[in-house]
Amino acid sequence: MNAAGSTGTGSGDGPHMTTRPHTTTRPHTTTRRSAVDRLSAENVTLAYDQRVIAEQLSVGIPDNSFTVIVGPNACGKSTLLRALSRMLKPQRGRVLLDGHVIQSMPAKKVARTLGLLPQSSIAPDGITVGDLVGRGRYPHQGLLRQWSAEDERIVRESMASTGVAELADRYVDELSGGQRQRVWIAMALAQQTPLLLLDEPTTFLDIQHQIDVLDLCAELHEERGRTLVAVLHDLNHAARYATHLIALRDGSVIAQGAPADIVTAELVEEVFGLRCQVIEDPETGTPLVVPAARRSRTAAAPVAVAEG
Amino acid sequence: MKAPHDEADGRSRPVPAGREQEARAVSGRGSRARTVRTGGGLSVRVDVRASAVVVLLLVAALTASVVLIGTGDFPIPAGDVLRTLLGDGDAGQEFIVNELRLPRVLVGLLVGAALGLGGALFQAVSRNPLGSPDVLGLGQGSTAGALVMIVLFSGSATQVTVGALAGGLVTGLAIYVLAWKKGVHGYRLVLVGIGVSAIVTAVNGYLITKADLVDATRAVVWMTGSLNGRDWSQVWPLLGLCAVLVPLVLGNARALRTLEMGDDVAYALGVRVERTRLVLMVAAVLLTASATAAAGPVGFVALTAPQLARRLTRSPGPNLVPAMCMGATLLVVADWASQRAFGADQLPVGVVTGVLGGVYLLWLLVTERRAGRI
Repeated sequence: MNAAGSTGTGSGDGPHMTTRPHTTTRPHTTTRRSAVDRLSAENVTLAYDQRVIAEQLSVGIPDNSFTVIVGPNACGKSTLLRALSRMLKPQRGRVLLDGHVIQSMPAKKVARTLGLLPQSSIAPDGITVGDLVGRGRYPHQGLLRQWSAEDERIVRESMASTGVAELADRYVDELSGGQRQRVWIAMALAQQTPLLLLDEPTTFLDIQHQIDVLDLCAELHEERGRTLVAVLHDLNHAARYATHLIALRDGSVIAQGAPADIVTAELVEEVFGLRCQVIEDPETGTPLVVPAARRSRTAAAPVAVAEG
Repeated sequence: MKAPHDEADGRSRPVPAGREQEARAVSGRGSRARTVRTGGGLSVRVDVRASAVVVLLLVAALTASVVLIGTGDFPIPAGDVLRTLLGDGDAGQEFIVNELRLPRVLVGLLVGAALGLGGALFQAVSRNPLGSPDVLGLGQGSTAGALVMIVLFSGSATQVTVGALAGGLVTGLAIYVLAWKKGVHGYRLVLVGIGVSAIVTAVNGYLITKADLVDATRAVVWMTGSLNGRDWSQVWPLLGLCAVLVPLVLGNARALRTLEMGDDVAYALGVRVERTRLVLMVAAVLLTASATAAAGPVGFVALTAPQLARRLTRSPGPNLVPAMCMGATLLVVADWASQRAFGADQLPVGVVTGVLGGVYLLWLLVTERRAGRI
């Protein structure tokens, strides 16, 4: 088992403790030149109708990274992902994919470059796993090219690599939550996009299946060279699996970089408003966030942080 | 890295490490889908069972049509009907078959097909079996248009047809505009449709009370839906419309299939969601409105044909072509049944489809509940 992001791009100075200096409040916001990245958002203002979620937000997704976006509820994580996948048109600013404004590109062309596993997906009544995964081939097909030998091969590979090959003939409604999520990931894989966006892929799964899905993501990133962007709720999962972490609060980037470089008690408190210790994950050496005990949070909170 | 996936779920069947699974067809239930590929990189996928259903339905529709043409005050044996249709009958039969009964049957087939397809489109777009034109108030809208012509203007048959068409189109537009909120969504569409339907039904009731006895009788006959006295002047416009709209709709069928999985998934797969939905809804409204204008609001065909077709093909997706064939078959069979049981021109076809549809709907609800879905 080699979990992704176990090393990150750590500067080699050993384990990072809570005492690690947190130099500025926004230390890494400019570490990446977005022009280099295949996918980036430049000064976007994101809003649903009149409700503004984020203003002047700039984010670059490093190529070949497993980027994880974290932040408290309603901080704009999913909104940012929707903008990156062109489902939400920014009111101002632009999202660039391979140097083109994403909205101006042909829809099918985008769909061959950038895949998305949304939170809300509906398995049609009576559809089998094989059929559902096959639908991921849509952007590669046409009226007269409905099911090529390549489609067949890629669907088979996608099912094999997500471990659902043996379920091909089962109905999707009969599957458990964990299996179903793997089927949807297989469908997104069959789309064969170098970039894959996942909106909270582990929500509603129990811990075993959460790790299962994250392992699968890490494998896709490491062995197949896909660039992955995921929104995750669990900060410890994010710190363990991500190679690049983006911490959002109230629609702005508080920090971004390798988890080992940026996850500190100060950052967690700034982003989530939670006092905690950050220790070394005994399994992977990545940062592990341990929330402070209730008593020390309410009474002697500052001490708990300083002790580390 | 592989092991956790294979053993991940207690419910997955224990599978030996072998790779034989990969050799199996991935296209769903085994050999159901056949793929035809040419050397030039073209490939077409055919669902075997759905194709068989379509062929059977077509055979049933044509058989019923021949029987229907032979039915009436002046019965004609099926053999003679066929001979006459092929241009080899005697003069008397030729008049009855080609001038009186054939156009009626053709209108029935076209109306049924249009309603079946329109219903399938609406149900797929709203992702709800209740999202069919009858429930959404399109039928009522057409009725309102027709009633205005009958009651307020004592209009001719043509004017009534135009009024019904206009009523259906205006209602369709109103529903779309009212349901629009950053795109049209299934539930909203159904709820708005039901609201519009209630309003238009009230207007229709008011119009009927304003009518004198002759107009009111005419209105009620129109409102039940009937194929009586349909001639070639109704066949051609319907045929022309279907010739344009059916290919357009089928060209968008693959995009529609992705819409079934939710807007987000469809976007992710590169479908222009709102445009596809608009095109298909305009087509569905046109199909439904013109079918209603030609035969009155024939109840339940649009609701039941897609659901029946889907249960026969047992394949997911909107099942557009089977729904179309099912609609045509249903309407012609219903017309035959009404003539057979009650004598020619006695009972409007809408009454029979209403009974068939009602029984079917109950059956559907009972079986779905047993399956634990509702």
